[in-house]
Amino acid sequence: MTAMVRRTAVALLLLGLAAAGALLPPAAAKPRDTLVIGITQFPSTFHPNIDSMLAKTYVLAMTRRPFTAYDKDWALVCMLCTRLPTIENGLAVPEQTADGKPGIAVTYTIRPDATWGDGTPVTTRDVVFTWKVGRHPKTGVSNTEFYRSLYAIDVKDEKTFTLRFDKLTFQYNAINGFQLLPQHLEEARFADPMAYKNRTTFDTDTTNAGLYFGPYRITEVARGAHVVLEPNPTWWGGKPYFRRIVVRVIGNTAALEANLMSGAIDMIAGELGLTIDQAVAFEKRNGARFNIVYKAGLIYEHIDLNLDNPILKDSRVRKALVYALDREAISEKLFAGRQPVAHSSVNPLDWVYADDIPKYPHDPAKAAALLDAAGWTATGKGVRRNKAGDPLTLEIMTTAGNRSRELVQQVLQSQWKRLGIDVRIRNQPARVFFGQTVTQRKFSAMAMFAWISAPEGVPRTILHSDHIPTPENNYAGQNFTGYVNKEMDDLIERIEVELDRKARARLWRRLQVIYADELPAIPLYFRAEPYVLPKWLKGLEPTGHQDVSTLWVERWRAE
Amino acid sequence: MTRFLATRVAQSVIVLALMSFAIYALIGLMPGDPIDLMISADPKMTPEDAARLRELYGVDKPVVERYANWLMAALGGDLGYSRLYAAPVLDVLLPALGNTLILLGLTLVLSLAIGLPAGVVAALRPYSRTDYAINLFAFAGISVPAFWLGLLLIIVFAVILGVLPAGGTETVGGAGFWDQAKYLVLPVANLTLASVGGHTRYMRAAMMETLRQDYIRTARAKGAGRARVVLGHALRNAMIPVVTIIALQFGYLFSGALITETIFAYPGMGKLIFDSIMGNDFNLALVALLFATLVTLIGNLLADVTYAWLDPRITYR
Repeated sequence: MTAMVRRTAVALLLLGLAAAGALLPPAAAKPRDTLVIGITQFPSTFHPNIDSMLAKTYVLAMTRRPFTAYDKDWALVCMLCTRLPTIENGLAVPEQTADGKPGIAVTYTIRPDATWGDGTPVTTRDVVFTWKVGRHPKTGVSNTEFYRSLYAIDVKDEKTFTLRFDKLTFQYNAINGFQLLPQHLEEARFADPMAYKNRTTFDTDTTNAGLYFGPYRITEVARGAHVVLEPNPTWWGGKPYFRRIVVRVIGNTAALEANLMSGAIDMIAGELGLTIDQAVAFEKRNGARFNIVYKAGLIYEHIDLNLDNPILKDSRVRKALVYALDREAISEKLFAGRQPVAHSSVNPLDWVYADDIPKYPHDPAKAAALLDAAGWTATGKGVRRNKAGDPLTLEIMTTAGNRSRELVQQVLQSQWKRLGIDVRIRNQPARVFFGQTVTQRKFSAMAMFAWISAPEGVPRTILHSDHIPTPENNYAGQNFTGYVNKEMDDLIERIEVELDRKARARLWRRLQVIYADELPAIPLYFRAEPYVLPKWLKGLEPTGHQDVSTLWVERWRAE
Repeated sequence: MTRFLATRVAQSVIVLALMSFAIYALIGLMPGDPIDLMISADPKMTPEDAARLRELYGVDKPVVERYANWLMAALGGDLGYSRLYAAPVLDVLLPALGNTLILLGLTLVLSLAIGLPAGVVAALRPYSRTDYAINLFAFAGISVPAFWLGLLLIIVFAVILGVLPAGGTETVGGAGFWDQAKYLVLPVANLTLASVGGHTRYMRAAMMETLRQDYIRTARAKGAGRARVVLGHALRNAMIPVVTIIALQFGYLFSGALITETIFAYPGMGKLIFDSIMGNDFNLALVALLFATLVTLIGNLLADVTYAWLDPRITYR
């Protein structure tokens, strides 16, 4: 009987394998003219100016070009324009607005060979139409600050135009978010602005060639599954190498790895792929088969401290919390040293970074002394208490299910425990954490998350006292710590309008000194994005900021 | 029977109406709204932008008012627009529904085709080696976590053997029956292995209970053959509790294949419902959950009809 059962099992297994094999076409070597990229999210819309989403940015960057972008060296460059306007070259002219405010007129010229995929030239008509859509309150464009500030456009000819802003800031020529819309396709759909977001060609006819003018255009969309891109014949630049790029969406990162190993996808995008700990583990197992590139960038992992908490109001306690941590060891042990420790919110790769600011190396003795001085005395091996007998207990919250953060959280908890600080973990799903707890300042002590910024991004919404969310202002603003400092407010105002780089660098240095000294948040590290690439793929250069690597997709090739 | 069916359909409509409000209210009670999610993705968004978008998307109104607006539009045939997929709800839902029906239809057929005979065989020889072997297989299927089994299947058949695709629904540019069929093998195997154990155990228990009944002893005493006793008398009666279980599972499988769909990147209803709830897509979540409710109600109605077919003593008025 046992032998019969065994024989039957073997026969069934072979039958199953044979059936599976029969379903497959004959094995063929995959041509290198196709690149399959794995990412974890599907774009919620393909309209470039409605809803801000990384998956959409990643895909659209292959099909379109902004006027300006930051390159891999974090320098502002022209992409759709012919020359970057500056005050020095005369293309940007400071002026006064009609009501006497300092403003600026900036002149751009669209590349003469820029043409939509259906052969219609990209012109100033598209510029004016995009501005009209952006300014209209009913269109669903999420961030209209730029369009409000841009109060007029003077059209010189088909290709040249001048933007007039009612503010003069040092970022006067960076119009990275001004993404052109094809007037010849979209104007009719904009007839009813209220219905525009549901009628836009980008979502009703996504494969329309006239929507794209980049090296690739979208030729197929399977909702929730994949997007197919093929070369755009009207692209002005170098001929893209790949005949087809497929962006496949696989929501589970373990499945993403398995798909990579099986050859179903060729690479995992750094911007939307594995977490750093997963990539480090993957590299240990399969590093020989792939190029794994880590790029630390502008994603600032930190712990916001609720400064209304009576314990955290004392800056000595805040400093003790940082001295108690061995952040270098955390980065080394958990992330193989791939994520540099942060000393402030400014990344060392940013030109405004100042190195001579207060830093907090791991120093338990100093932490203990600061806590003693703040009145929190050790009681044997237990939790420190103050004179009233209250324990030094704090709560730390983060997004439940984020493995990297949960790992770090546990190490932090144990390091603080050694100093007699009782830290309790209370995590929440992302939509509760970001939907209410953080945005309405409902975390009692510490909230661990990340900020994403741009090179030389001014932290107005995060550190200015006007941006503290309260019930009165309907929880507007992102100063979740409740940080108030008159000098910081003043620095933010001055940095924004200071055009002289040297003078601005001094202001930035002062901002970082105050931040590091007052510690409204505990800096942890700058998150690294891991790119898992096939050995044969060349030319992909991670940027480390919000302008994604696919903006230079035409340089990617197989070797 | 006609009266019974009419009553049940009327009851189902009332249940659906109540469920639509309950679902809408529950989603509305969840913290945050779509605009909060937009703010977390774009720190530069100003308070004015947030207020403007709340008004534009209608989330500044009370839940009851929003529900009433949705209901009036739905009665007019407009089920709304999905914010997450920037498309009418039905355009998003129907492809996912089709994918799920194929996946779950195959799974149910395979699971019943394996589980029911296995349960009968185990019940006919209780506590024998065959019974132990079948039970071992059943418990393994029930105990193994679906995500782990899914990854194991991918590693063995896609990574090591390279004979099946790791996920998706079809090869880009290579659509066709056989192409789509090979993409179904692993997710169907995963769901079947997870559900077949339950069916086997239910069938075994029901069959053992039935085989102890007096009428089975009577049938045997009257000289009926083993096959006639088992298939003609016992099986039909043993199926009644099993049909109840299958009917209940129908609704669960419809929306509960989330893990399998996620692991195999299979765009079905489970993943759609999860994403729409997490992404605060009111319209899509509501309609998708109503579909799941409807499927459960239909499953139970079919079960009631099947009872009458299985046991002529059961009549409906």
